[in-house]
Amino acid sequence: MAKKVALLQGNEACALGALYAGCDFFGGYPITPSTEVAEVLSNELPKNGGKFIQMEDEIGAMASVIGASLTGAKALTATSGPGVSLKQELIGYACIAETPCVIINVMRGGPSTGMPTGPGQSDVMQAMWGTHGDHAAIALTPASCQEIFEETVRAFNLAEKYRMPVQVLYDEIVGHMRERIEFPEPGDLEVVDREAPSVSPEEYKPYDSTKGQIPPLAAFGSGYKFHVTGLNKAADGFPTTKAELVDAEERRQIAKVMDNIADIESYEEYLIDDADVVIWAFGSTSRSARYAVNELRKEGIKAGLFRPITLWPFPAKRTAELAEQCKGIVVAEMNLGQMVYEVERVAQGKCVVVHEGRVDGEPINPGQIMNKVKEVI
Amino acid sequence: MAKRYELRFSGAGGQGLITAGIILAEAASIVESKYAAQSQSYGPEARGGASKSEVIISDSPIDYPKATIVDACLAMTQEAADKYANGIKDGGLLLIDDDFVKRVPEGNFKVLKMPITRTAKEEIGREIVANVVALGAMIALTDVVKRESGEKAVLAKVPEAFLDLNKKAYNLGYDKIKTLMN
Repeated sequence: MAKKVALLQGNEACALGALYAGCDFFGGYPITPSTEVAEVLSNELPKNGGKFIQMEDEIGAMASVIGASLTGAKALTATSGPGVSLKQELIGYACIAETPCVIINVMRGGPSTGMPTGPGQSDVMQAMWGTHGDHAAIALTPASCQEIFEETVRAFNLAEKYRMPVQVLYDEIVGHMRERIEFPEPGDLEVVDREAPSVSPEEYKPYDSTKGQIPPLAAFGSGYKFHVTGLNKAADGFPTTKAELVDAEERRQIAKVMDNIADIESYEEYLIDDADVVIWAFGSTSRSARYAVNELRKEGIKAGLFRPITLWPFPAKRTAELAEQCKGIVVAEMNLGQMVYEVERVAQGKCVVVHEGRVDGEPINPGQIMNKVKEVI
Repeated sequence: MAKRYELRFSGAGGQGLITAGIILAEAASIVESKYAAQSQSYGPEARGGASKSEVIISDSPIDYPKATIVDACLAMTQEAADKYANGIKDGGLLLIDDDFVKRVPEGNFKVLKMPITRTAKEEIGREIVANVVALGAMIALTDVVKRESGEKAVLAKVPEAFLDLNKKAYNLGYDKIKTLMN
């Protein structure tokens, strides 16, 4: 049977992807250019037995998401850069308390209120380092409406599997553009549910990592009682200042991501094998880059595209390999220089690394990228 | 190489030009199974101000989703014409509502004039369907989708009570342009 199709906005695809993944709680505060995610879920969640709540502000929304998740819900919030700034305190809390949740950031410009209706890609470092303290981060950057649907599902899977907040970052262009989507049938995409504790409520410790890097999380209301705090804590969830416990916990929470990069990493390559210049681009900019690659190839210039879909953890290994094999990497991003520093760090001077940025509310167009590539050749 | 066709609908915010773009993208990608990407840019105003909607139609997947060189452009107001009737390719097409666009943008493209809003008001009796008149006109002008595909997409979009009104508006726009072109 033919799959159901529709012309959908990226934000609508995100909301429907969340439902596919089993999202049953949304707590948010509307903000352009993300509002359609909330709009769709405010209609759809109640019909499907879920809960939608518009909170008094962004930090309240993030708190509601953490609370809902601790009761076993698959919880989501959607916002833009200014909203993510306000949520940072609680994103850190979700990291240390190891609470699964998904945060959608439909990126506009900044800092502060910036240009609400214009696109941006300047929250990419914030996705990694926005909240203070050492922590791991997972951030996904889809580039089409279909991919927004799929990556939203994957974001829930990773959040539940690794027991942590996962961010999905896409710019206003893909958030607001419309493309045809083929709806996956149930079973077409993997849906991961949270691992339940295998011990009785009396024996349960929420951060007991003796059986694995990621301790199972019990749901409040299911008979399990435990303590949740933003302080460094011992296996039983209560605060501790014991050096060896604090050290081991901090390291485990980073290792649970960094030891599983193969599972989390995702990228796409286009005409990369013989490329003299690799364009390193994500989100809508990667679409300009792909257009540029085709045009450059017509002119006899061997250009290729590396498109990270998982932006964090940073695709260090593959980027380093590309730096070995090509003459130059052009990092194109709608900001004044963010991911380019990561690319430079792992390239270690093995090839030229240059940046092509833009922050005037207009997309980086193919011509701009082509000119930059020609500077490198 | 894939055939890529770029259209831009521009006018005042609230005139329904984003909707016209969405309907065209649906006609292309849902009714006809081509590839289409529809995008828009707009200011913070809910109404007024210049707004544009772009539709890229191709027979293969679309990479860059915004216009590069516009094949056909619509301008419903002077402000829209001044701001968005640019980047039209040599030999391309520009359709203007000549009741509102008095200073016609200059360039190496064909300009067609039609009193779109007045047509909607006087011949259909409802100014609100000017966007559907314009959509019919743009499809007639470009043949980017079949006449029936456009009509099917219009009818799938509008509430039942307004089916006849919109069908009339779409076909009026389509026929007027075909007459103009002959």
